[in-house]
Amino acid sequence: MIDMLITPFTDFAFMRRALLGCIAISVGATPIGVFLMLRRMSLTGDAMAHAILPGAAVGFLISGLSLGAMTIGGLIAGMAVALLSGFVTRVTALKEDASMAAFYLISLAAGVLIVSMRGSSVDLLHVLFGTVLALNDDALALLCAITTITWFALAVLFRPLVLECADPQFLRSVSGLSAVTHFAFLALVVMNLVAGFQALGTLMSVGLMILPAAAARFWVQGIGPLIGVAIVVAILSSITGLLLSYHHALPSGPAIILVAGVIYAASVILGRQGSLLTRYLPRPHLHS
Amino acid sequence: MPTIVLHDLTLGYDRHPAVHHLSATIAAGSLTAVVGPNGAGKSTLLKGIMGTLPPLTGHIVRDRTRIAYLPQQAEIDRSFPIAVHELVAMGLWAGIGPFGRVTATHRDLIAKALAAVGLTGFERRSIAALSGGQLQRVLFARVLLQDAQVILLDEPFTAIDARTAADLLAIVRRWHDEGRTVVAVLHDMDTVRAQFPETMIVARELIAHGPTRLALTAANLLRARQMCESFDDAAPVCDVPAKGAAA
Repeated sequence: MIDMLITPFTDFAFMRRALLGCIAISVGATPIGVFLMLRRMSLTGDAMAHAILPGAAVGFLISGLSLGAMTIGGLIAGMAVALLSGFVTRVTALKEDASMAAFYLISLAAGVLIVSMRGSSVDLLHVLFGTVLALNDDALALLCAITTITWFALAVLFRPLVLECADPQFLRSVSGLSAVTHFAFLALVVMNLVAGFQALGTLMSVGLMILPAAAARFWVQGIGPLIGVAIVVAILSSITGLLLSYHHALPSGPAIILVAGVIYAASVILGRQGSLLTRYLPRPHLHS
Repeated sequence: MPTIVLHDLTLGYDRHPAVHHLSATIAAGSLTAVVGPNGAGKSTLLKGIMGTLPPLTGHIVRDRTRIAYLPQQAEIDRSFPIAVHELVAMGLWAGIGPFGRVTATHRDLIAKALAAVGLTGFERRSIAALSGGQLQRVLFARVLLQDAQVILLDEPFTAIDARTAADLLAIVRRWHDEGRTVVAVLHDMDTVRAQFPETMIVARELIAHGPTRLALTAANLLRARQMCESFDDAAPVCDVPAKGAAA
């Protein structure tokens, strides 16, 4: 038993690298996911992931399987969509969901067009689904750097970000930080998705951002506890998913996300707060 | 010295004025009730004074003093997991900013503010667990901590029980006694007559402004009620010349 759990990591360097990469993503992306969830922006994560895809694809077309080019491409595409949609939301009458959808769809279409114009049958599968078992030193360094930046940025932004979520009108009435906070947060979303696609692929990286946060909501309240539980869920999912993919020859990205999905499903059913269990098997009410 | 001067102010949405060519001076330290029918532009006027809604024409002159604003429908996300004391502590923003530590002195101030609105013991409660009236009291406590020279309240006593309203009104009186400028949108004329020395009646235009017993007359209220509430989509461009752009 212990053998099954430990030896894949002790015997194979690529498994250790994969584990480190996944832990870095778990620690960096899940706090972002918690804030996305609390701001009812969970689907924004998905939209941003689609927005990044064409940027990464263009980078891939220009420089091949180059980490730098794909990362820069993804960052540019993601930031452009975040800034433009944020600008339209704040300056015009359009609400955030609609402006975000508009720009990510444009970005996605532009990406597909650029790829097809080059006429190459580029293998974009690894951009879509990631290569967690083949992370090189540069990719690992990038993942860890982005996680570190995320935590520093969250430490700096924490109070305005909480206020921007809970009572944006008040934040605007006492300080000019509202717009700065919003854009900095979107930048963190983009950075973490770019980090995630190295390992899990653009579409899968959202999973490790949102699923642990959604699962945590059924167990604890409070932002700190939510982030803590979500990180634990994400790391557990990573380890379990990697082991499952190792022992059963499954693709590792989907395996990790599906484990997170199982934890989420269990939380929906069994969680302590607002789960199916509390709804259909309520405990007796308290004294007035 | 006057605190807030409104010069020929027109505020509105999508070119339709909600406040139309309004000029008035709100004196420092005054306690003013803003009354008028629904759609008269009362909330819009407060947003204009607050600076969140840029004027279509005209302008507002006010000292660069701290200003606190309690909106009619606070855009608070009630499901956000934040505790009462944390929300109230944000009233200290001008002092602590985004990074400053909440010290023991601050915690003492928070406790006093919560006590003043009758919510001692609610510190650790999540805002999701508050009733509407309790949340309004929490927001009052936050305004208390903002320690602002100008306080704008938009229908602060709506949907509040009589005892709570009396408690909150006592706080408004205290602000007045401390020399702060308070402007409150109200619908209860008895409260206005009993508690507010100054009244401003608006119905898109300024109907009356002055000492309550002179301004709040039946004739003025009738004129305010005759305001047409609906917008005319085909309204022509207003040709009232802008007065004294420089002041």
